[in-house]
Amino acid sequence: MTRAFLALLRRDLALALRAGGGAGLGVVFFLAVVVVTPFAIGPDLALLARIGPAILWIGALLASLIGLDRLFSADAEDGSLDVMAMLDLPLELIAIAKGLAHWIATGLPLVLAAPVLALLLNLSPASIGALTLTLLVGTPAITFLGLIGAAFASAFRRGGLLVAVLVMPLTIPVLIFAVATTGTVLGGTVPFGTPFRILAGLSLAAIVLGPIAAAAVLRVTRE
Amino acid sequence: MRLVVERLGCRRGARQLFQQLDFTVETGTALVVTGPNGTGKSSLLRLLAGLARPDSGTVRLEGAAEPETFAEEVHYLGHLDAHKAALTAAENLRFWRDMLGHPGLSVGAAMDEVGLGGLEGLPVAVLSAGQKRRLALARLLVAQRPLWLLDEPTTALDVAAQARFAELARAHVAQGGLIVAATHAPLDLPAARLDLGAYRPARPAAPLADLESEPEQ
Repeated sequence: MTRAFLALLRRDLALALRAGGGAGLGVVFFLAVVVVTPFAIGPDLALLARIGPAILWIGALLASLIGLDRLFSADAEDGSLDVMAMLDLPLELIAIAKGLAHWIATGLPLVLAAPVLALLLNLSPASIGALTLTLLVGTPAITFLGLIGAAFASAFRRGGLLVAVLVMPLTIPVLIFAVATTGTVLGGTVPFGTPFRILAGLSLAAIVLGPIAAAAVLRVTRE
Repeated sequence: MRLVVERLGCRRGARQLFQQLDFTVETGTALVVTGPNGTGKSSLLRLLAGLARPDSGTVRLEGAAEPETFAEEVHYLGHLDAHKAALTAAENLRFWRDMLGHPGLSVGAAMDEVGLGGLEGLPVAVLSAGQKRRLALARLLVAQRPLWLLDEPTTALDVAAQARFAELARAHVAQGGLIVAATHAPLDLPAARLDLGAYRPARPAAPLADLESEPEQ
């Protein structure tokens, strides 16, 4: 079972990183959002520093959703998902392996790019540290919640829109507590740990519940 | 081990494809399912594979570890090949070997068996339709599973490859395997035959619009 899990993880990573796989797309989109923002807002450095974490998080949220619509539908269209239903590896673990591969290929590069891009928005070193930490903890939540939308998208032709419509509302709490966490380092009465622990809790819940829900969707919609 | 099907019925949308279907496939035998297009050959194989839930009746595999949920005893070869175009032939096959468990032949040996020796490093995108089908057949060899469910296994295969496939199928049956194959092409395989067209329920002719609204899959 471990062997099958690792094989799936390896294959999905290879597909994402190979030409046309779309792993770099998320980072490029993230970069575009962050680079364009200062031009739209204007050269007010204090304002940029204040709203910078929010902009970075919005960019990361949208970039994380890129490619999710194809996560299961590509396997459904070429027949792979039918064969995957014939394994001793349960669909829940299949969903976890695919989610993990998607996060490594799409979410992790965002976390690594964030400190560099944060400089463009005049963030202080403390803010950059907090932001990177919240991205590291929060982006898995988005990917694993996204598995639910990805599973629905595989059942319907042109189901890509479903990912945005279904997943976006579920990710709002993650966004709220992630940005609140980065806000605490700029001052205020709330300690860092309070919103950060809630964010970590949301992320853990998403990592457990997302694959279970996605597997249930796959079972119901494919029969 | 034997596959037992009792009073199986299949309905797609408002259309009853077949009903009251009974058959058994004993260990070491094969069953070839024939019938005109749209009589439910593919649907029957999906029911046998557990990929769809039957409208009525039961499918069970006697002698399997879990007679009701026996997916791990089954190779399902649908009309889709389940390859990733961006990966090489060997990578695709190695992936399924790791996923399916109960390893059989090595990747190289299985590719030699289906006549794809030397093409291991090529991406599947550049293979021809027949070569892709051969690669899908090689999947049957890299993992050992007793029941093969094959949906039009010889599509796009040339005469030599069809003969080679028949050899592999005969060898599998001789080793005590079971095969259920849906096909139009004659298979060179000693097998019982099941004409699914005979199980179609008598019904008044459907209006044309009704047929158009129901795609096969």
